[in-house]
Amino acid sequence: MMWYFLMSDSFTFGAFLISYGSIRFSQNYWPSPSYVFNTFPGAGETNLPLAFVSLMTFILIMSSVTMVLAVHEGHHGNRNGVVKWMAWTIVGGLCFLSCQAWEWTHLITSEHIVLTDKNTLDVIGQTMSGNPWGPAVDPTTITQALAATPVEGLAKIVHAHDHSHTVQQLAGMSRDQLMGMINMNELHVTEKGPIAFGGYFFGITGFHGFHVFSGVVINTIMLIMAKTGVFDRKGHYLMIEKAGLYWHFVDLVWVFVFLCFYLI
Amino acid sequence: MEHANAATEVTIHHEPAESTKRIWKVFWILLVITMVELGLGLSLYALDLPEGLRMHLIKGVIIILSLAKAYYIVSVFMHLGDEIRNMIMTIVVPLMLFIWFILAFIYDGNSYKNLRNKYDRYYQERGVQQNQLKKETKPTKFGGKD
Repeated sequence: MMWYFLMSDSFTFGAFLISYGSIRFSQNYWPSPSYVFNTFPGAGETNLPLAFVSLMTFILIMSSVTMVLAVHEGHHGNRNGVVKWMAWTIVGGLCFLSCQAWEWTHLITSEHIVLTDKNTLDVIGQTMSGNPWGPAVDPTTITQALAATPVEGLAKIVHAHDHSHTVQQLAGMSRDQLMGMINMNELHVTEKGPIAFGGYFFGITGFHGFHVFSGVVINTIMLIMAKTGVFDRKGHYLMIEKAGLYWHFVDLVWVFVFLCFYLI
Repeated sequence: MEHANAATEVTIHHEPAESTKRIWKVFWILLVITMVELGLGLSLYALDLPEGLRMHLIKGVIIILSLAKAYYIVSVFMHLGDEIRNMIMTIVVPLMLFIWFILAFIYDGNSYKNLRNKYDRYYQERGVQQNQLKKETKPTKFGGKD
């Protein structure tokens, strides 16, 4: 039965991903992933495209391997072996979730300067309602837009480059003061990108992350059951095998999420 | 009762002697495929190819490699390859629907784009402009500052 559940689940994921593909094909412009996902924890603003997501992928593949090893030990009825490899699988799952938490936080709280529809500048992050990954804006437009930007906007732009003052403090300064603090050469301004990107990205990776989370919960329960000898009394480790199927499915889905959002 | 229930769900008893060698072999295969995919993904970035045949070719190779990865995970890690043939077919045949889904919905998305470009001049001009700007934006050096 597990297989039929997984099949239905793959239709859910498939529907999400295909709907994403359909919307993406209906747009004239779509940001390329190497520009969007190019940061690594602790590396600041250094341009490292796809590095962090490679680490996440590696963690998930690795935890899939430890899961097969746990199932393998289960076939031999080796309780300690099962407990050991299940524990590593859970560690892998938690690492993956932590990575995702960092990635989401980074995308949402990041400060990107964008050109608004009113031809002024604003600072936004990657959220459900805003996408800063449009094409770059040329210097003449930036200068014009800067002149039209209200003081609150200028305060946010200064804050995006330099966190030594709060936005409130900056907003209290005069227009000339703020303009003096903006370095035109460092100013990187983009247009807004397609809004649908945020909804699909957070929706699909969130749904996958939720699967990882429930997998970790299931694996933890299996670990406790194995540790207390429940499977030894039953005489078989079939439950471990089913938890394993679910866990591999989560890995399998990631192969396609990785493909659709990060690679192409 | 529990035992009887469990037994009915076992379609095949795996050989307990199966060695972990196969598992590690598949792990290395998956790792290498992922590295190649990343290499191709980064080459898309480094070459900054225009929309065209070469770009679609690279993306096509990445998709095929991902399908190979999916095959290894399902057949070895999930042991589907060791099940009886009819069981495999009940799982795989319904998934064939995806081929149709993908073709139909992507065609639909594409046709929506074409219709909009045809009847909404502003939308079309904006798209041309954006893609022009995209081409002019050269990628930052790998490891350089953003």
